[in-house]
Amino acid sequence: MLLARVTGTVVATRKDERLVSNKLLIVRPVDPAGTLEGSSLVAVDTVDAGVGETVLIVSGSSARMATGMKDCPVDAVIVGIVDEVSTAG
Amino acid sequence: MQVARVVGTVVCAHKDERLSGMTLLLIQPLAKDGRPFGRTLVATDAAGAGIGEDVFFVRGAEASFPFHPRTVPTDASIVGIVDSVYT
Repeated sequence: MLLARVTGTVVATRKDERLVSNKLLIVRPVDPAGTLEGSSLVAVDTVDAGVGETVLIVSGSSARMATGMKDCPVDAVIVGIVDEVSTAG
Repeated sequence: MQVARVVGTVVCAHKDERLSGMTLLLIQPLAKDGRPFGRTLVATDAAGAGIGEDVFFVRGAEASFPFHPRTVPTDASIVGIVDSVYT
């Protein structure tokens, strides 16, 4: 799983019917210190995250194991809102 | 599977209910010579690892297998603690 920051939202009127009523957010991975790195991706939000929050994203086929995502065509899902990241030293 | 070092912990109060009770650890994958390699990631802990320990972890959908029969939405799980490596 990756730490990421929510940077925006996506609106898609026409989409796969199994994606209907799911919230889509733009997220960009961050390092443990919170610095943005890598390229942005679209993730389905299952935890009511908002722009600016640090979140936990699960990707690949594991994304379908999130609550309510069974058999949905997704490969990135936000499964948690990060409160704290503590690193040794 | 890949070797990594546990470098921190992650706290998420609000998360998918299927992740409840899971320990989330920050891990840094290591190259063969023990140097950090690639991006730091968050893994669920199935081995009882702690900060500073070297572990090995599994990626992908198999990462949820250690928690069977629970369905845990994770794509990286720590499945062992490394005692020593011989090359």
